[in-house]
Amino acid sequence: MSTGKIIRKDGHYAHHFESAEQEYTSSKQGIWLFLSTEILMFGGLFVAFFLYKGMYPEIFHKGAESLSWIYGAINTAVLLTSSLTMALGIHYIQKGKNSQALTQLIITILCGAIFMGIKYVEYSHKFHLGLYPGQMFSGETGGVENLPLYFSFYYMMTGLHGIHVLLGMGLITWVAIRTARGDFGPKYYTPVEGVGLFWHVVDLIWIYLFPLLYLVE
Amino acid sequence: MIFHSLPARANTFMPPQGTEVASQFDTLYAFLLVASLISFVILIGGLFLFVMKYKRKSIDDKTAYITHNTFLEFLWSFIPFVIFMVVAVWGIVIYNNMKATTEDAVEIHVIGKKWQWDFLYKNGKTVTNTTDAAGNIVYSTMIVPEKTPIKLIMTSREQSDSIKPVIHSFFIPAFRIKQDVVPGQYSSLYFTADKKGEFQVFCTEYCGDAHSKMLAKVRVVSKEEYDQWLIKETEALMNLANLSPAELGKLVYQQNQCSGCHTINGSPLVGPSFKGLLGSDRKFADGASQKADENYIRASILNPNGQVVEGFQSGVMPVYKGVLTDEQISQVIEFIKSLN
Amino acid sequence: MSTAGAGHNYLEHGKGLMSWLTTLDHKRIGLMYGIFIAFFFLLGGIAALLIRLELFGVGELFTGAEYNKLMTYHGAIMVFMVIVPGIPAILGNFFLPLHIGAKDVAFPRLNLLSWYVFMAGSIMAVCTLLLGGVDTGWTFYTPYSIGTSGGVILMVLAVFILGMSSILTGLNFIATVHKLRAPGMTMNRIPLFVWSIYSTAILQVLATPVLGITVLLLAMEKVFGIGFFDPALGGDPILFQHFFWFYSHPAVYIMILPAMGIISELITTYSRKTIFGYTAIAYSSLAIAGVSFFVWGHHMFVSGQSAIAGILFSLITMLVGVPTAIKLFNWLFTMYKGSVQLQSPMLYAIGFMFLFTIGGVTGIMLAVIGLDVHFHDTYFVVAHFHYVMVGGTLMAIAGGMLHWWPKMFSEYWARISYLFIFIGFNVTFFPQFILGSMGMPRRYHTYLPEYESLNQISTVGSWLIGTGFLVLLGVFIHSLMYGKKASENPWHSKTLEWQTTSPPFHENFEETPVVTAGPYEYR
Repeated sequence: MSTGKIIRKDGHYAHHFESAEQEYTSSKQGIWLFLSTEILMFGGLFVAFFLYKGMYPEIFHKGAESLSWIYGAINTAVLLTSSLTMALGIHYIQKGKNSQALTQLIITILCGAIFMGIKYVEYSHKFHLGLYPGQMFSGETGGVENLPLYFSFYYMMTGLHGIHVLLGMGLITWVAIRTARGDFGPKYYTPVEGVGLFWHVVDLIWIYLFPLLYLVE
Repeated sequence: MIFHSLPARANTFMPPQGTEVASQFDTLYAFLLVASLISFVILIGGLFLFVMKYKRKSIDDKTAYITHNTFLEFLWSFIPFVIFMVVAVWGIVIYNNMKATTEDAVEIHVIGKKWQWDFLYKNGKTVTNTTDAAGNIVYSTMIVPEKTPIKLIMTSREQSDSIKPVIHSFFIPAFRIKQDVVPGQYSSLYFTADKKGEFQVFCTEYCGDAHSKMLAKVRVVSKEEYDQWLIKETEALMNLANLSPAELGKLVYQQNQCSGCHTINGSPLVGPSFKGLLGSDRKFADGASQKADENYIRASILNPNGQVVEGFQSGVMPVYKGVLTDEQISQVIEFIKSLN
Repeated sequence: MSTAGAGHNYLEHGKGLMSWLTTLDHKRIGLMYGIFIAFFFLLGGIAALLIRLELFGVGELFTGAEYNKLMTYHGAIMVFMVIVPGIPAILGNFFLPLHIGAKDVAFPRLNLLSWYVFMAGSIMAVCTLLLGGVDTGWTFYTPYSIGTSGGVILMVLAVFILGMSSILTGLNFIATVHKLRAPGMTMNRIPLFVWSIYSTAILQVLATPVLGITVLLLAMEKVFGIGFFDPALGGDPILFQHFFWFYSHPAVYIMILPAMGIISELITTYSRKTIFGYTAIAYSSLAIAGVSFFVWGHHMFVSGQSAIAGILFSLITMLVGVPTAIKLFNWLFTMYKGSVQLQSPMLYAIGFMFLFTIGGVTGIMLAVIGLDVHFHDTYFVVAHFHYVMVGGTLMAIAGGMLHWWPKMFSEYWARISYLFIFIGFNVTFFPQFILGSMGMPRRYHTYLPEYESLNQISTVGSWLIGTGFLVLLGVFIHSLMYGKKASENPWHSKTLEWQTTSPPFHENFEETPVVTAGPYEYR
């Protein structure tokens, strides 16, 4: 059929595959390829970060002072927890325990929300001090030239990451609803696993962002 | 043998060779043209040969079953590789000659702006675009001594902060050299001109509306001529001290491209003519009017879009606040006064 | 599961506009790409003709500002909306699954999504005209693009979205090649077209994200003034060039590799002989894709990057020449002792080899750092990349279209179109090598009087090319309306796409083929 929805039940697969196994490995490869593009996209930002850090070490030092490492550390812990619950969610679906899986997925979404809440507190504090990126900067430079560039990096990197957290929360909500509906089970859980991988990559990126932005020397 | 005659032939379409590097360039280019021609003949000649020799005769032609030939494939990988590496290294040698410089090189500052090249000499002399009597642009000419190492120190900068400087590129085809000119940084270019004469300069980094009109010239003169020119210009700069305010104002008028929009013969262009301006009645677009006195002219220079005279466009003239000093403005006012 | 019997071909399988707009069939999606890419090619071609018209004389037909918009749209449309998606999205979509004996690509819905994303991006790009147009050139160099007004923000977002479409297509093809090959279709039995599309897909997936972040940063720069590329705020405008070419150099191979794949197919089919050096051609595609990530700096020899960097980039760039030479010689020796039939697709393939050889040797000249300093940003570069992109890629598209066209067409008029395009192409672009040697910079809307005669020749050539493509369009339209259905395997080819019915079934093959030998077993 060329139109309409491809309907799956346990063990069924789309018409152009030969087996459920083939569909599963193909989908998983597709997800990994997609995740590699995400990493390369953030990679561009990281390269720029290190280049400018080499050029102006002082602005990164000064800029990091205005961030609270406590917020960053809490957020790191929150995201690490959410990675664990996400993994548990997949684990329970594989075991056929859908209600436990649903609980874990909901905890994951809540962790994402806490993360975004803390980011909101951090952002509004900086807006209050006029620590905007680039041209819009109106805060104290403390005599460090080009300091606004640090905040351009801060907002670009955490902002793009934040958008990914929001996307991830949306995707987890989607698989949570489908889990509640009973779409998944031990034989078919590809979307949950894919979303889980995405979520882990989002975490991974944060684990690099946290020391680079908050703990830089 | 063949490479000695070919540079001459290449010269029929290459620009004149103004430097030693240029002739080195042409030799390598000629070598590559010959090498390319030979490989082209081998490939395309072979192609035509095979097309004709093995043309299909019937639908049931039997063909040879040849999957590969390791030796042949090695040959046509390895031989090109060797040739490529040789020309790459040859090119690197020429590139290093382009970058070679000495401590005692004559330094000239080059400033790229939309859309002209300015040249600043050590004695304070600035060469910029000017306009001739008919209103045509006379492109700036950089005067350099022959057989002397020259170092150009280049950057991109605009007259006022309201315009964002962009990347330009300084290209002298006759010298086969080129270097991007980047805002916020200095880049340099080195050459030693062998021949006297005038050579074209282009901007080769796309920079907007008049990119193709961002031209200049290099004039290579003998060392004596260059020294005399420098002395003359130094004297002229010192003589400025003896000029009257109106004469100084005329120089300000010429050097800041006022002449592009404001004539001194009474006919308006983009902006009103300076002749008879002082003391005339100005009617503004908003209906108000005022007699043009010294304060009015000062205000019009510092904030040209504050009040625009009827019939002229707003937002055309750049703001000269921070560009002209108070003293220069007074000189321009005296110059305008002298035209009445 | 499919509700269709094997008896339905893909065109009859579902009727009406909606059945096309919601189709998951790779063949239909390929055709939909084809229609719109052809339309954008027309737009870009009109811009090209207007550019050449302006350059017919020293006088001014357009103002500098108008000319700059024309050259921007010509470049941006042709690169992002025609040549980059061209072969993978049209012919790749249609033939990749057929070539490997699959029923469809791995992710049909993603495939349809990539078409919608492509359309959204293209429409956004065209809409920038309503915002006053874009005059940055297709390269969007900072700080010019930061300072200029008009639709730059929308245009770079369009490029971001077109990039997403390209990533989705590439990702789909990689998974398809890895996972959906028919039984017996090992990696050294897939046709060379598939190898080239596969190498291209790797580039699309690995390079495009960097373009994505680059244009995103540029958009943020325009909206918020973040200063990454703005010297006034401490940023480095050259960094933009590094980022941009890190994508856009591999993009050059995204444009040419699939064309090389088509040429491999054409030459072996019309010589009725197995390809010479299958392995070498297949791996040379991968080699080109791999090396292409380490050569971007050859676009920046005079930008102010360090001399050491320039020298290294020059040496590495030379390496690209080797696999390219391998391909050319392997094609040549495929004809040796073959049975060469000069059908119009083969003419286009021979034209490709002719023009691509010129594009290749001039590419070597440009890779030599000492020579590039003079040639950089002159018409020499313009001529070089048109020899590769037009003389290469477009010739291959035309040849591929004729080769795979399912109906009888007028061979006579197809040859006429070839003559016009081939001759017109050389008349247009060969003089530009000389202009570039003389020093005429590119992106000039007016020029010194000594360049006039060569420019006039070039403009006349552009009319010949235009005529050639119109004739070719006429051949296709005439064939669509009046052409008889072609036989199932008119060229007696051995690859799988010819072993099914024409037009193919919705699911491509009546039953999944089992492959027992290589793709070019002409014995």
